[in-house]
Amino acid sequence: MAPLHQYLLLSALLFGIGLAGVLTRRNGLITLMGIELMLNAANLNFIAFWRHSPNPEAIEGVLLTMFAIGVAAAEVAVGLALVIAIYRRYRSVNLDEVDQLKG
Amino acid sequence: MGFVFPLIATLTVLGAVGAMSFRKSIHAALSLVVALLGIAVTYLGLGAEFIALVQVLVYVGAVAILVVFVMQLTRSEGGQGEGMAVRPAALGVGTAGLVCGGLISCVVLLPDFRTPWPEKADVGLARLGEALTGDYVVALEGIGLLLTVAIIGAVLIALKRPNKEETPE
Repeated sequence: MAPLHQYLLLSALLFGIGLAGVLTRRNGLITLMGIELMLNAANLNFIAFWRHSPNPEAIEGVLLTMFAIGVAAAEVAVGLALVIAIYRRYRSVNLDEVDQLKG
Repeated sequence: MGFVFPLIATLTVLGAVGAMSFRKSIHAALSLVVALLGIAVTYLGLGAEFIALVQVLVYVGAVAILVVFVMQLTRSEGGQGEGMAVRPAALGVGTAGLVCGGLISCVVLLPDFRTPWPEKADVGLARLGEALTGDYVVALEGIGLLLTVAIIGAVLIALKRPNKEETPE
């Protein structure tokens, strides 16, 4: 199988693509998808480092990734609810039009 | 087997680029599914079968479907073809490229990351279950509590509030 640095390169690329999407897109949903992409890149790093670690009995890498996925799922639920609330208020999910915190 | 990882990695990166650059948001969501599935296959190649299953269940099964649902609930009146931000897109892409380039140069320049493929004991589901219900049971309960709170909070945030004009007093 592939050596460690190839997985790290893939995850660095995914992180960069997600960051570019978050910084440039106006649609709140696409921005959320970019954040998901960056979280996935981090998870890929966890698993790659776990698989290439010298200790064969360690299980913590898998557990950490599972918890990270759980936290990401909670974040998506709240984020999508926020998108719906913003849409109710502004009739749009365009982040540039969302310019005040007051509901 | 040597060609599998480059193939899957290319597919994943292409899916991610599509997810961030397609004009129509539904195309972007479907492209994101390709990228997430590619990451799941990468997990399989890394020997983390359970995480690959969780990835498919949580991300492809739940997150992507949820995103498409919200997309249908919040159809923008300004049309689907919303473009890039008003702020110069080159600035955002340049910043991301700088970060990405920094990460890549770290990986390429440091020799520590060129470790060989180690032999590893298979992590069965039984061991994972024992760890989750043994040493890590508090963390598991914490995640359960967090998800419950997040769902209640999401419902509260998305709940339709009555308009101020309509409320009495």
